Parts: sequence; C-alpha cells; structure tokens
Amino acid sequence: MSTTETTASGVGPVEGAPVHSADNPAPLIEAPRLRTKKTPKSTRGNFEMYGWLFMRLSGVVLVVLVLGHLLIQLVLDGGVSKIGFAFVAGRWASPFWQMWDLAMLWLAMLHGANGLRTVINDYAERADTRLWLKGLLYTATVFTILLGTLVIFTFDPNIR
Amino acid sequence: MPAGTLYRGREGMWSWVAHRVTGVLIFFFLFVHVLDTALVRVSPEDYDKVVATYKTPIVACLEYGLVAAILFHALNGLRVIAVDFWSKGPRYQKQMLWSVVGLWVVLMLGAVYPVLGHAARELFGS
Repeated sequence: MSTTETTASGVGPVEGAPVHSADNPAPLIEAPRLRTKKTPKSTRGNFEMYGWLFMRLSGVVLVVLVLGHLLIQLVLDGGVSKIGFAFVAGRWASPFWQMWDLAMLWLAMLHGANGLRTVINDYAERADTRLWLKGLLYTATVFTILLGTLVIFTFDPNIR
Repeated sequence: MPAGTLYRGREGMWSWVAHRVTGVLIFFFLFVHVLDTALVRVSPEDYDKVVATYKTPIVACLEYGLVAAILFHALNGLRVIAVDFWSKGPRYQKQMLWSVVGLWVVLMLGAVYPVLGHAARELFGS
C-alpha cells in the first residue's frame, strides 16, 4: 500500500467515488476482487486454459483416429502380418487415409508433447533442467511432425 | 496418509498415475513409429526389413502392451472428460473408473487372438 492519498482511517481512495461526501459520511472500501487501476496486469494470458481444452478436444478425436488405426493395422485382414510397403502404398493411394494419418500425426504429437510438458513441469525442480528438457522435447516434436508430414505428402509408390 | 503430500491414494490418484505412465509410453512409441514409417521414403526393402521386426513374437508381445496402454489411456481419457464436463462426473468418478477397467479387460481379452495369434502360429506352427 503505497498511496499518498491514504486517509487517516487507513482506507485508500476508491475509484469513481469520493472517500467522503455529504451522502457518504462513512469511508467506502473496494468490493472484493474488483478490477481497478491498481490491479496488476496479467502477463500470462489464457495459454494453460487453451492447453487444457486442447487436450480434451484432441483426445476425443484421437480416440476415433487411433482406435481405427489399431483396428486396421493390428486386427483386420491378418493383423500385423499383412503390413509392408505394398500395404502402405495401397492405403496412401487414397486422400482419405492420407488425411486420416496426417490428422493423427499432428494431433497425437501435439497432445503428447503437451502432456510431456506437464510432466516436465511437475517433476523437474530446477529451472535450467526444465529449460533443457523442454528444449529437447520441442525440438524432437517439431522434427517428428515435419518429417511425418513430408513423408505423407511426398510418398512415391514407384520409388524404385 | 503421510502429512504434507498431495497424493491421496485410491482410485482417483492411481488412475491419474496410470494415465500419466501410459501417456509417456505411448508418446515415446510414437517417435519410433514415425521414424520407422519414414523408411517408406528410403526404399521398400528397408521399410519391409524394419517392419519384419514388428512381426516377431517378442515384439508382438510389446504390441499387445502398446494396445493395453492405448486402450486404457483412451477410455480413462473419456472418463476425465466426463469428470470435467458432466455435472455429475465427479460424483461418479469411481464407478466410471471401474467401468473403464471392466471394458478394458474385455477389449484386451478380445485383442489376444488378433494381436498375438500371428506370433503363436510362428512359435507353435499352425
């Protein structure tokens, strides 16, 4: 409390109302949690709230994309034994499955990266440890997303 | 309960621990999986050579573990969403966890033959 206008009663000036007037003989105090000029400006924004929301929205979509992926790759039509270059070529001939895999790649990588960011924040106690681990995480995430995207868009079934 | 800890035990904490552990495991697999799939850009032979390791009995067991981790994370994730967005979610979180565990057991039993059948035929002949 470093205001020069503090009155003898110890009550600071209230915005928009004089401390005393003929109609207000008793000193006024601010309503609790009222935003005033003295309220510190937030420097953080709503990033964590959007992160929280993203985890739930991407999670719902990923349940469909990933369980569908597991069903196709590991269960239907001989399970894992049919997977090979020819199988991949057959699926990526269709733009639908290209988009499916692209959406799965981006959402899963961002969902996982945000989850690991939370884990690092929880358990790495020193500030420079957090910095290095998150630097490594973001580098690996960007690399993997770009590599996967490149592979989906430049796939060539006649590579030989 | 020890003093000075946020860890409360019981269904709430242990489902959170399991969600975290499975999430980290799945994320590490995802890195490897994008790298092995990227081999389709190198040559069909290299890709098929690496995919052949996915068909060995030992890796088939790891795949079963991966399916277990993904199914738990997916079902428990839906439970977390229900706890957050459904007005009665927090009250029924325990019942929802045991529903998740029950459904997970059923799905894992159903996944035995499709995921491990190939490995069993390789080991014991068909």
